[in-house]
Amino acid sequence: MDIFLQQLINGLVLGSVYALVALGYTMVYGILELINFAHGEITMMGAMVALAVIGALALAAPGVPGVLLLGAGLAVAIPVCMALGLLIERVAYRPLRHAPRLAPLITAIGVSIILQNIAMLIWGKQYIPFPAVLPQGRHDLFGASITDVQIAILLLTTVIMLALVLVVHKTRLGRAMRATAQSRQVASLMGVDVNRVIAATFVIGSALAAVAGVMVSAYYGLAHYYMGFLLGLKAFSAAVLGGIGNLGGAMLGGLLLGLIESFGAGYIGDLTGGFLGSHYQDVFAFFVLIAVLVFRPSGLLGARVVERA
Amino acid sequence: MIKTQPRWLVFTLLAVGLTLLPFLVDAGLGRSWVRLLDLALLYVMLALGLNIVVGYAGLLDLGYVAFYALGAYVYAWLASPHFGLHLPFWAILPLGAGLAALFGVLLGTPTLRLRGDYLAIVTLGFGEIIRIFLNNLNAPVNITNGPQGINLIDPVRVGGFSLSQSQTLFGITLTGVHLTYYLFLLLTLAVIFISMRLEDSRIGRAWVAIREDEIAAAANGINTRNLKLLAFAMGATFGGLAGGLFASFQGFISPESFNLMESIMILCMIVLGGMGHIPGVIFGALLLTLLPEALRYTGVWQRNLLGQIYVDPADLRMLLFGVALVVVMLYRPAGLIPSRRRRREFADTQG
Repeated sequence: MDIFLQQLINGLVLGSVYALVALGYTMVYGILELINFAHGEITMMGAMVALAVIGALALAAPGVPGVLLLGAGLAVAIPVCMALGLLIERVAYRPLRHAPRLAPLITAIGVSIILQNIAMLIWGKQYIPFPAVLPQGRHDLFGASITDVQIAILLLTTVIMLALVLVVHKTRLGRAMRATAQSRQVASLMGVDVNRVIAATFVIGSALAAVAGVMVSAYYGLAHYYMGFLLGLKAFSAAVLGGIGNLGGAMLGGLLLGLIESFGAGYIGDLTGGFLGSHYQDVFAFFVLIAVLVFRPSGLLGARVVERA
Repeated sequence: MIKTQPRWLVFTLLAVGLTLLPFLVDAGLGRSWVRLLDLALLYVMLALGLNIVVGYAGLLDLGYVAFYALGAYVYAWLASPHFGLHLPFWAILPLGAGLAALFGVLLGTPTLRLRGDYLAIVTLGFGEIIRIFLNNLNAPVNITNGPQGINLIDPVRVGGFSLSQSQTLFGITLTGVHLTYYLFLLLTLAVIFISMRLEDSRIGRAWVAIREDEIAAAANGINTRNLKLLAFAMGATFGGLAGGLFASFQGFISPESFNLMESIMILCMIVLGGMGHIPGVIFGALLLTLLPEALRYTGVWQRNLLGQIYVDPADLRMLLFGVALVVVMLYRPAGLIPSRRRRREFADTQG
C-alpha cells in the first residue's frame, strides 16, 4: 500500500512539472498552430541559468538561506527565458508565419539545436549537480514519504496554474489571447495587436518553462544540456493527451502522464515478469502519445477538430 | 557549346571520372579520404531516402535514423557471431529494408491521418524509443548487446570475394575501401535512378500536389493518406537499406551511432542542398559529410592563434547545423541548389 501511495506522490509531483511545460506548448499551439520545438530547450536554459546563479551565490555568500538563493536563481532565470522566448519568436517564427508549414518546423528544430549546443559550450557536457542549499526534510505520510522539495513543487505549480487561469480568463490580455486563438484575422480586425499577443504568449510560456526547469533540476538534483529534449517530448505528449490548445487539458494531461510514468515504471517489472525494467520509464510518454493519436486525436478535453491540412 | 554536346559524351566522362575518383583521392589525399568517400555515398543514399518523405511529400520525419538503425541491427543479427548466423548480404539487405518499411507503415498509419506536425513529433519520439530499446534489450535475453553494441559483423561477400580484403585484378590492387566505393556507387546510382523516375511519375506528381495543397490534392481524387504512407514507407526502405550497408561497412554498430543528431544531420543535408531536388540533395549530403573534416582545421587554428583548443571542432559541428537550418529557412528556403518548382512555391506563399 505504501508503495502505491509513494508512486502516487511521485507521479503527481512529476506530473505537475510536465503540466507547467505542457502549458507552454499548448498556448503557442492554440494561437499559432505551431509546435514550438524549442520549448523544451527553454526549460533546460532556465534550469542551467538558475543553477549557475545559485551556485555562484552560494559560494559568494555562504550562510544565506537556501530558499533565498532559490528565489534569486528564479529571479534571474525567468527573465532570461522570457527574453529567449521573445527572441525566438521574433527571429525564427514571425518571418515564416505565412511560409509553407514545413518552414517554421525546421527553424524550430534549428533553434533547439542551437540552444542545446550553446548550453553545452557554456556549461560543458557533464551533469551539473544542484547545489545542496535546499532543505532536505522528509515527512512521513501514511507510510510513504514526501520531501520538502516535492511539497514546494506541488504548492508552487498549483499557485502558478491558478494565476495563469486568472490571467487568461479575467484580464484584457487573456481576452485578446483567446480571441487570437479563435481567429487571428478577426481578432486583428477588432483592434487586437496580434503580434503583441503572440509575443506575450511566448513570454508567458517561457516563464513557466523556466520555473519548470528549476523544479525538475531541484527534484532530480541534476541539470544537463540535453535534459530539455526528453522533457519537451513528454510535455508535448501531455499536451496532446489533454487536448492540445486547451489549458485545462494541458494540466490534466501533465498530471496523468506523470502518474502513468510513475506507476508504469513502478510496476512494469512485475507485469512483464522482469523482462522490462524501470529504465523503460521514458517510453511510456511515447506510447501514450501514439494511443491518443489513434483513439482520440482531439485529446481528453479537446473538442477542436484536429484534422486540417 | 554544352547544349550541342551529345549526352553520351557527358555520361562517359562522368562514368570515367567516378570510376577513377577513389584512385585520385587515394593518391592525392590518402586512404582515409577514400573511406570518407564511401561514407559520403552512404549519406547520399540516406539523404535521397529522406528526400522522398520531406522533399517530395512534405512530411517532416525526425526519426529517420530509427529506420537506419533497424536496417543496421537486422544486418548485425543475421551476419555476425552474436547469434551465430552468417547469411549472405543479398538476403539480409532486402529483409532489413522490408522490416524498416513495415515499421514505417505501423508508425505512419496512426499519425498520417493527422496534421504534419504530429508526424514530426511522433517520429522524433520513435527515434528515441528505438534507441532506448537498443540500449536496454540486453537483459534478461541478450538481443541487442546493449550499449556495447554488436561487432565482428560480416563484410559484404560475393562468392569467395570479400569486400574487406584487398583484391588484385588485372594487376591493379583494390583495397576494401575501394571495392566498397564501387558497391556503394552502384547502389547510390540505383537510388538516384529510382528517385528520378519517382519524381516524374504519377506518384511523384501526387506527392508534390499533397505537399503544396493537401485539400486541393484530395479534391482532385488523390488518396492522400495512402500516398503519404507510401512516401513514408519508401523513405524508411531506403533508410533500412543504408543501415544494412553501414553495418557491413563498419563491422561494428552500437546504439550511439543512431541518435537524434544523426537524423538532424540528414535533414540538414536536404534542407541545405534543396528539398525535393536531387542534385541539391546530393550536394548537401556531400557537403555535410566533408564539413567535419574541414572543421578539424578550426582546431588547428585555435591552437595556433590562441595557444589552446577552446572549442572542440566536433562540438562546433552541431551548432553550425542548427544555425544553417535557421538561416537557410529564413533566407533561402528552397535550399542552395533549389529546384525551379520549389523556388516558385516559396516565393508564392511568402509575403
